[in-house]
Amino acid sequence: MKPRGAIQIAYLVLIYGFLYLPILVLIVYSFNDAKYSLEWRGVTWTWYRNLLDDPDLLQAALNSVLIAALSATVATGIGALAAVALYRYEFFGKPLLQGLIFVLMMTPDIVMGIALLILFASLSLPLGFWTLLLAHITFNIPFVVVTVLSRISGFDRHLLEAAKDLGATEFQTVRRIVLPLLMPAVAAGWLLSFTLSMDDVMVSFFVTGPTFEILPLKIYSMARLGVTPEINALCAMMLGATLILILVAQLLLLRGRS
Amino acid sequence: MKVKEPFKFAAVGVIGFWLIAFTLLPNLLVVVASVLERGGDEFVALVFTPDNYRRLFDPLYLGVLLDSLWLAAATTLLCLLLGYPFAYLLTRMPARWRPLLLLLVIVPFWTSSLVRTYAMVILLQTNGWLNQLLLDLGWIAEPLELLYTEPAVIAGMLYALLPFMILPLYAVLEKLDRRLIEAARDLGAGRVTIFRRIILPLTLPGIVAGCLLTFLPGLGMFYVADLLGGARAMLVGNLIRDQFLSARDWPFGAAASVLLTVLMGLLLWAYYLSARRANQGALP
Repeated sequence: MKPRGAIQIAYLVLIYGFLYLPILVLIVYSFNDAKYSLEWRGVTWTWYRNLLDDPDLLQAALNSVLIAALSATVATGIGALAAVALYRYEFFGKPLLQGLIFVLMMTPDIVMGIALLILFASLSLPLGFWTLLLAHITFNIPFVVVTVLSRISGFDRHLLEAAKDLGATEFQTVRRIVLPLLMPAVAAGWLLSFTLSMDDVMVSFFVTGPTFEILPLKIYSMARLGVTPEINALCAMMLGATLILILVAQLLLLRGRS
Repeated sequence: MKVKEPFKFAAVGVIGFWLIAFTLLPNLLVVVASVLERGGDEFVALVFTPDNYRRLFDPLYLGVLLDSLWLAAATTLLCLLLGYPFAYLLTRMPARWRPLLLLLVIVPFWTSSLVRTYAMVILLQTNGWLNQLLLDLGWIAEPLELLYTEPAVIAGMLYALLPFMILPLYAVLEKLDRRLIEAARDLGAGRVTIFRRIILPLTLPGIVAGCLLTFLPGLGMFYVADLLGGARAMLVGNLIRDQFLSARDWPFGAAASVLLTVLMGLLLWAYYLSARRANQGALP
């Protein structure tokens, strides 16, 4: 290898190291059998066991999964419908809808959080499960729209014309032709929404109340008090869960493409 | 709209309703709230006032604003300086490795940035990994105070946002027509000239997109400043959050977030202009 090539490889390795080292340290120390010191004292499952014995934490995790699953499902439904409508139809206000989807995607999380908070406050909705669910559905929608639209664009329009010629109604066309072809993108959109929802801090911070705690906010309030091996373990589990979901989503998209 | 197409009617209706109710309306409410007075029992009083905007330029808040702009700009610049050569080198790797290498960039992009920020805390704390390493190497005699400093916040934001810079840069660099570079070389252009006159202008949309994707979130990420910067409010994000949480001054918080949105609009406009110019330049 030429010396210049070696420097280039070293640079790549350095940046990848920067991206992965902190995560790696976090995971390694979640297994360290020492409460405060960095010294390696052997492998332990104590911190993971402590987590599973904490009813508050389990409840927060359950709440997070519930919100993520529900919001991903509703957002996928609405987002897929929106993508189909944007692709198939011309209608009054279409540029406005496209503009709003773009705005929704580009709005900083914190602005979206307070905008929804002001909306819920002016409707006198109590902050908790429902407000959180509405907020998560909202920020998930554009990601589903984009995922599904990118797949639809590669569609063979003749299939739809053929269905119409054979006498299919609009609903039948969508259900029997469009949806099956879209399934991989729909599934990927659902998984991405689920992950986004599981990981969100900033929007949730403003729109949930003390009655309904979720995992990222719990981690946030714990982490503000300092580093403990329990948080390491919790974060390591979150990372693991996210990675598995992402890989499944990527595989679905790849399989859908081939 | 014809009722002959119930499916179309339903699809457009649902998404239209949702976007108007949960995107357009809330954003309008923020603008309205930003020109109202702070309320007593209610969060806002229905009295018009431009004061909230005037207060944004009060030295105290202007300081936070400038701090925040500086931190976000420093982070963006570092992301660009580190990310550009990285993205370029990725496009020069063998084609069969590229998908895997790119996936390795995307993985941290999809994991929770809160978790990654926390990982940074572990690394930087006084009895943390980095200090231990420096001590063992004998480069320092006693642990450094790394946490709760400005560089720590920049490091945290850099860590959270670097993939957002690399991905758009990779996208434009991969599309770069290498024949243009060869042509320039044949015509006697040096490395610097080729970079300045060909590579840079053609990859400008990617640079601007990457800068937008790092700069905008960089202004708002209040939890990074909280966990790595300590108690002092450093970012516009912290300022806005505090108005809604502790100070209970919603109109002022709304004004700050309108400012953030306007800033975003201006930057998007700049992006649009640069993308249009690059497209024109690419035409024969």
